[in-house]
Amino acid sequence: MSKINFDSYEQNGFFDEMFGANNGIKKHYKLFSERLQKMGWRKLNFLQHSTDRAQLSTGMTFNVYSDNQGIERILHLDIIPRIIPTKDWEILERGLKQRIEALNLFIHDIYNEQKILKDKIIPAELVFSSTTYLPQCKGLKPPNKVWCHITGTDIIRGEDGNFYVLEDNLRCPSGVSYMLENREILKRTFPELFEKLRVNPVSNYTHHLRDMLESLSPVTPATIAVLTPGIYNSAYFEHAYLAQQMGAELVEGRDLVVKNDLVYMVTTKGLQRVDVIYRRVDDSYLDPTTFKKDSLLGTPGLFKAYQQGNVVLVNAPGTGVADDKAIYAYVPRIIKYYLNEEAIIPNVKTYLCDEPEDFNYVINNIPNLVIKQTDASGGYGMLIGPKSTKKEQEEFAEKIKKNPRNYIAQPVINLSRVPTLNEGTIEGRHVDLRPYVLYGKEIKIIPGALTRVALKKDSLIVNSSQGGGSKDTWVLDNQ
Amino acid sequence: MLSRVADSIYWMNRYIERAENYARFMDVNFNLSLELPPHVNEQWKPLILTTGDGELFESLYENAEKKKVIYFLGFDDQNPNSIYSSIVNARSNARHIRPEITKEVWEQINKLYYFVKDGREKKVWQKKDPRAYFTEIKTGCQLLYGIFDATISRTDGWHFGKIGQLIERADKTSRVLDVKYHILLPNTEAVGSPIDLVQWAALLKSVSAIDMYRKQYGKLSPSDISEFLMLNKAFPRSVLSCLMHAEQSLHTITGSPEGYTNLAEKKLGLLKSQLEYTDIYEIFKIGLHEYLDDFQIKLNDVSTAIFETFFSIENIINNS
Repeated sequence: MSKINFDSYEQNGFFDEMFGANNGIKKHYKLFSERLQKMGWRKLNFLQHSTDRAQLSTGMTFNVYSDNQGIERILHLDIIPRIIPTKDWEILERGLKQRIEALNLFIHDIYNEQKILKDKIIPAELVFSSTTYLPQCKGLKPPNKVWCHITGTDIIRGEDGNFYVLEDNLRCPSGVSYMLENREILKRTFPELFEKLRVNPVSNYTHHLRDMLESLSPVTPATIAVLTPGIYNSAYFEHAYLAQQMGAELVEGRDLVVKNDLVYMVTTKGLQRVDVIYRRVDDSYLDPTTFKKDSLLGTPGLFKAYQQGNVVLVNAPGTGVADDKAIYAYVPRIIKYYLNEEAIIPNVKTYLCDEPEDFNYVINNIPNLVIKQTDASGGYGMLIGPKSTKKEQEEFAEKIKKNPRNYIAQPVINLSRVPTLNEGTIEGRHVDLRPYVLYGKEIKIIPGALTRVALKKDSLIVNSSQGGGSKDTWVLDNQ
Repeated sequence: MLSRVADSIYWMNRYIERAENYARFMDVNFNLSLELPPHVNEQWKPLILTTGDGELFESLYENAEKKKVIYFLGFDDQNPNSIYSSIVNARSNARHIRPEITKEVWEQINKLYYFVKDGREKKVWQKKDPRAYFTEIKTGCQLLYGIFDATISRTDGWHFGKIGQLIERADKTSRVLDVKYHILLPNTEAVGSPIDLVQWAALLKSVSAIDMYRKQYGKLSPSDISEFLMLNKAFPRSVLSCLMHAEQSLHTITGSPEGYTNLAEKKLGLLKSQLEYTDIYEIFKIGLHEYLDDFQIKLNDVSTAIFETFFSIENIINNS
């Protein structure tokens, strides 16, 4: 049985979550490292193997859009955890609270008084030209004036060791079920570590989620439904998982019917009223009478019922306007405007192709930049300059020239790395961090997150659709 | 409960019951083929006739050769009722209603799914003796019944599931009984001969009825066997017993103790009474095959009525 050691581990100049200078183990990884060294390679490989099997048997699978139906994959879980020390988490927690509060005020303002536009903090045409801005939401005042009830902010740590917000994900962020199930699996993998290290539990997330959803309705007990596009959606496992954990109904558009602006589910005993819908269907597919006419997923009349206040939709339609990647560039100014504070977690430097100066810079520096389409997500519609071909760069230059509003650019950030198992070796792999924020009456952040990891050597793309995996994230409680 | 969900639980259980029955049929027929006297040919065709998919089989394959039949009934994705298709469909239904069932039920279905997927990839039908594979399917399904009963609350979902299972079981038992009609004997004198009795015994085994039958009747006789499988009130796989329990579940769902309040209750009640107030001599007078044919049509009507009453979203919206 060969021993595990880290003598030949290479940091390659990146920020490593586990190792400091001269491959010294950071304090918050000490116990973990001792455990690894004690167990040896055979045991470690065995534990990783059982994890893969556990994921299959629980059905933690996702469908890939380009594949035919029936092809299911697991999101690979690497058993080496990403550990976050208490002092780092405190910064993240304060920063996220601040950011979500400001973004929510922004969304409410945009659909109501539009003060921020009148004060010329953000150009009005930038907001109105966003494909995720929904004019149908004008004048709406959702319960407690909360729009973004559930957020999954993408955070990265740069080479300088500082955290940055990369994307805000205010629409239907996914992945929280992996945060929960990864923890269930790791508790079986490293039980002794959970005893010794004080790892904050995450399992009460679904409890908080249900509380939050109930708090939005005047009806008690409120009937809550999770709306899914169906079993072929890539996140179906999560929709079913959350519905089950909350004891809510899992419904599809065809299970709902609207009569006299009231929303009902079709049950074996007739129609039953629904009060709160946690919808995992995009805005544009919710209601064919208001949005996309050809949507088969939607329920006719749903939006009107919502406008009348007869049903609560979570997240509120229209929140996407605040996670448009061009609006993102203004978030530090949004925070300053509504809260009169500096952003605690900074943004990544962003060039707006719509602004002449930035446009010129971007066009001349494509090979060194990351280019992103402002309304895309999931790793689609983007170009990583240094890893792209000349031809791809030219194609993107054309796209930008054609529609500058639709593109932004950012410098390449070398995400921090965490040691990761790779065919019998342990090597550094780049990671990001997605904590989940709930906002009902107050903002609540579960001390945990989904850590996504780029499994391919040197890759910076962590998205599951592009060869990414995940890690359990341990937020330590040192108080 | 949601109509779509009730529909899925109903079908999830029907498909599992179907898979289990098919697995048993194969095991029994395989055994039967080993017990035949040397001059009698193996018979695999009646097995296909039992399932009611004779036409589909003929459109796909030239002759009812053993391996082809095993493939068709066990592994063929072109056969919507094969064990493989049934388990895939059961799992797809289970995915639809994941929040309604327990983790234990889901994981067992998932396990069965990976087992049949694996069996298909390994081409089990080419094995000389695939019985171990079918036994595994059978026990996997039976384990699932146990988990379903032991972990799911007796609310509407459980009852819809139960109805699905019982209707499927009644259908399969009636078809097995009918198969004797299709099995050829070497000549007319063979009626009542040892080979005839071997076949009747095989028939009992294919619905797991031989032990309970022997306790009740001791000796094998065609009319006793038919009576046992059709009209026995205590044996859980007899047609009447299935209908009685399905009716009870239906009444529990609607909350009406007797009579009928909708088309499903009416059709099921009528069919059950028809069996309850007949005896095996009357059935034989009509002809067992003819009687079973008529029964299967009526059982389909019951299934349709259940759909119309509880699952059809269109109907429910229009009626409220």
